[in-house]
Amino acid sequence: MEFFLFYFASAVAVLGALLVILLPRPAHALMALIGVMFALAVLYLLLQAPFVAMVHLIVYAGAVLVLFLFVIMLEGVGAKDIPLSQRFRKSYLFLVCFVGTAFLVSVVFILFHLALPAPQGVEGTVEAFGRMLFRDYWLPFELTSLLLLLGIFAAIALAKKEPEL
Amino acid sequence: MIPTTYYLIVSGLLFVIGLCGILIRRNLILILLSIELMLNAANLNFIAGSALQGQLNGQVSAFFVMVIAAAEVTIGLAIAVLLFRKQGSADTDKVKWLKG
Repeated sequence: MEFFLFYFASAVAVLGALLVILLPRPAHALMALIGVMFALAVLYLLLQAPFVAMVHLIVYAGAVLVLFLFVIMLEGVGAKDIPLSQRFRKSYLFLVCFVGTAFLVSVVFILFHLALPAPQGVEGTVEAFGRMLFRDYWLPFELTSLLLLLGIFAAIALAKKEPEL
Repeated sequence: MIPTTYYLIVSGLLFVIGLCGILIRRNLILILLSIELMLNAANLNFIAGSALQGQLNGQVSAFFVMVIAAAEVTIGLAIAVLLFRKQGSADTDKVKWLKG
């Protein structure tokens, strides 16, 4: 059962990722990415990280991708297909094939020569996670709130219409 | 349990697909989507490492990566909106008027 879930979620994630970079219509690519996010949440649950899986679903599928959807719909680019001649940057195709295969081959080669030990497993419950977050990582946690505030300021400053002089 | 190597291979596949997306797509919004894909591949790596070591540090790191991804997306989308307002499309190959 566990193996079946793992293979199913991995297949959905990889196929969805391929669809994200190949589909002609941006809105459809976004839907494929939402599928990838759900598959990744299943993988996180299999890795015994229920809190991170739920936060991942809320933040990504709930907030970030809806923000993307709003921008795509408002600009009207998601409604129509991008023709094949304008979809890809052809000068990089050769480089992409080379870099992609080289990276994959090296990753698989290293991983199978590393002979990792069996996973020990740790239950990422909300209690254990919160204890760790607020005891060992309290300073980074506070700094992220500052980072989010700066992000809001930057987004407002960038997206605001210039006043007419 | 499923060996950690399998998770790391899935993560590597997702990372490579995201990298290819950044390099070959021309629409700025799709480039941002590919960046999300790469960040999530890194997150899967963190959580697999956390299960491998039996410690929670990896999951906390994945949590921080999510926060940073959210901040990055707000600014990236604001730039995309500006680009669209300026030139009428989000095609990065048409950006030839940048000065400075």
